Amino acid sequence: MKWLRQVAALTILNIRTLPQRLGSSTVAVVGIGAVVAVFAGVLSMANGFERTVAGTGSDDIAIVLRDGSNTELTSGLSLEHTRLIAGAPGVRRDANDEPIVSAELFVIVELQKKTTASAANAALRGIQANGQALRKRMEIVEGRMFEPGKYEIIVGRGAQHQFVGLELGNSIRFGQTEWTVVGVFADGGSVFESELWCDVRVLQPAYRRGSTFQTVRAQLVDPASLATFEEALESDPRLEVDVFGEREYYAEQAEPVTNFIRFVGYPLAFLMAIGAIFAAINTMYSSVSARSREIATLRALGFGPSPIALATLLEAAVLGVLGGILGGAVAYLGMNARTASTLDMQSFSQVAFNFAVTGELLIDGLLAALAVGLLGGLFPAVRAARVPVAVALRGF
Amino acid sequence: MTAADVLVEVAGVTKSYQKGKETVEVLHGLDLTIPRGDFVALMGPSGSGKTTLLNLLGGLDRPTVGGITVDGQAIHAMSGGSLAKWRSTNVGFVFQFYNLLPVLSAARNVELPLLLTNLNGAQRKQHVATALAVVGLTDRASHYPTELSGGQEQRVAIARAIVSDPTLLLCDEPTGDLDRETATEILQLLQALNRDHGKTVVMVTHDPQAAEYAKRILHLDKGSLLEKAA
Ligand SMILES: Nc1ncnc2c1ncn2[C@@H]1O[C@H](COP(=O)(O)OP(=O)(O)OP(=O)(O)O)[C@@H](O)[C@H]1O
Ligand SMILES: [Mg+2]
Repeated sequence: MKWLRQVAALTILNIRTLPQRLGSSTVAVVGIGAVVAVFAGVLSMANGFERTVAGTGSDDIAIVLRDGSNTELTSGLSLEHTRLIAGAPGVRRDANDEPIVSAELFVIVELQKKTTASAANAALRGIQANGQALRKRMEIVEGRMFEPGKYEIIVGRGAQHQFVGLELGNSIRFGQTEWTVVGVFADGGSVFESELWCDVRVLQPAYRRGSTFQTVRAQLVDPASLATFEEALESDPRLEVDVFGEREYYAEQAEPVTNFIRFVGYPLAFLMAIGAIFAAINTMYSSVSARSREIATLRALGFGPSPIALATLLEAAVLGVLGGILGGAVAYLGMNARTASTLDMQSFSQVAFNFAVTGELLIDGLLAALAVGLLGGLFPAVRAARVPVAVALRGF
Repeated sequence: MTAADVLVEVAGVTKSYQKGKETVEVLHGLDLTIPRGDFVALMGPSGSGKTTLLNLLGGLDRPTVGGITVDGQAIHAMSGGSLAKWRSTNVGFVFQFYNLLPVLSAARNVELPLLLTNLNGAQRKQHVATALAVVGLTDRASHYPTELSGGQEQRVAIARAIVSDPTLLLCDEPTGDLDRETATEILQLLQALNRDHGKTVVMVTHDPQAAEYAKRILHLDKGSLLEKAA
């Protein structure tokens, strides 16, 4: 109790004298703030990307590709194949007993990025009538759905945000064909929002693909049907296909970005954290030496060495938390909901995702800042406790 | 003099400092007895070891050889923790440069030693008010050190030294930084504390006029004591 009272009084004292050490305290706070901002930035990138990609997958939707092709781009399926796939067990049927599937074709088109005005790849996807129903969160937010058989496209929100010329009503030329933008769609922030969609039956002739497709997207009866469906397709001698659950498929696609975050983002944040710890150590050492006569006076009055050490540690913790708040605020104001795009290594198209600076992440950032502050205060706290009283009272 | 009348007993105290590889002996086998209620002025040239002796009496430092007993307690044998505790209840320090904490008001400065006691907030306030009244600064309680004159600062420091009612007051050149008139006020205050409040005072000073306020004067020269009656 008395001990706690000492700690509390000494901590308040230290914090009151902070303004006298404004320069070095600011360096520590800003250093820790920078760590938290980078830390939060990296994590929000990971978070946002994960949300985008994880949001893309459903457990009761299967994607079928040609055997050995991990990506839509390298896959190829004939009309005959797509019919066999649609007829397999495990696929849900609609009121007319028609299987709910969408055979799709996916081509790469070149568009101009708004930010850099440079050319970048985008995915133009041809879907069948069920294609929309197979993305549960897909909705038209502006304009209307394309009409079957027409050279009309709808564009994802992310794509529209990213590329030049995708405003509603615009005409846009890809190769030999002129397309009209008739709608804008959202899909809960998934990767599809980075795509452009049209009727697959007009896309096939436009890109001379005859009657071939790349993927079949199938609505399963339930998530458990995936196994049945997969088994049926793999045991069919007429088919050479791979079957993925949609969620698993997109998680795999996200790997390069996840790796970037893991191997570049985290190490960067880690190195900065080490730098910030040294800044905090330096600040706290100068705080202790600036206060050494005060510390000696308090010791002469009977204050114990451990409350003095703890109060020094708490001062460092306060600097850490201030830095955490600063960095968190910077991250939140500067990055939350900001859209970034990254080249999806598998489809070679741009995937847009939002930085998601969540409350949980801010708390993590604050804890990291606290840890940096405490680590920085540790040795200085020991020094504070060991201030030689008789010497320090002489004022040097 | 009976044992109960003796407050401080210094027996064969030697203090050496390590300066690099050299050992410098500052005090050479000092013997000193200070009765309860005494007012001792400690004089001597600069570097003779006055502060060193005072620090030993106050338990801020330990003798290299010898023993120091204060109020029956052998402080040279105490551990660091119990020595700190002992200081908080048994000695009050007054420094040449006051050593007040600039971010605290006069009252808060005076309250500091009471944070080491079991007194509650109201009781502490009461003690602080009493101490400030003794030094005549009741009306300056909420002032900060920078808003006080040197003499007032030293009186706040004295209030801080007496607030937990220690028996022994150790003052290291308490008037060293003050003009003659203010110094006189401080010396009269110390004298009153000795005479009316029963404090035993040991005061280091360079000033023979200041030493006149003491009951006796000790001279420390090159680490040895000589006594002169006041
Ligand atoms: N921590 C220390 N390490 C080494 N030498 C020391 C230390 N403290 C004091 N001394 C030396 O001990 C001697 C006595 O110092 P002390 O401060 O006790 O003298 P003093 O009589 O109080 O002098 P002044 O009148 O100048 O205050 C000096 O020579 C000083 O340099
Ligand atoms: Mg001295």
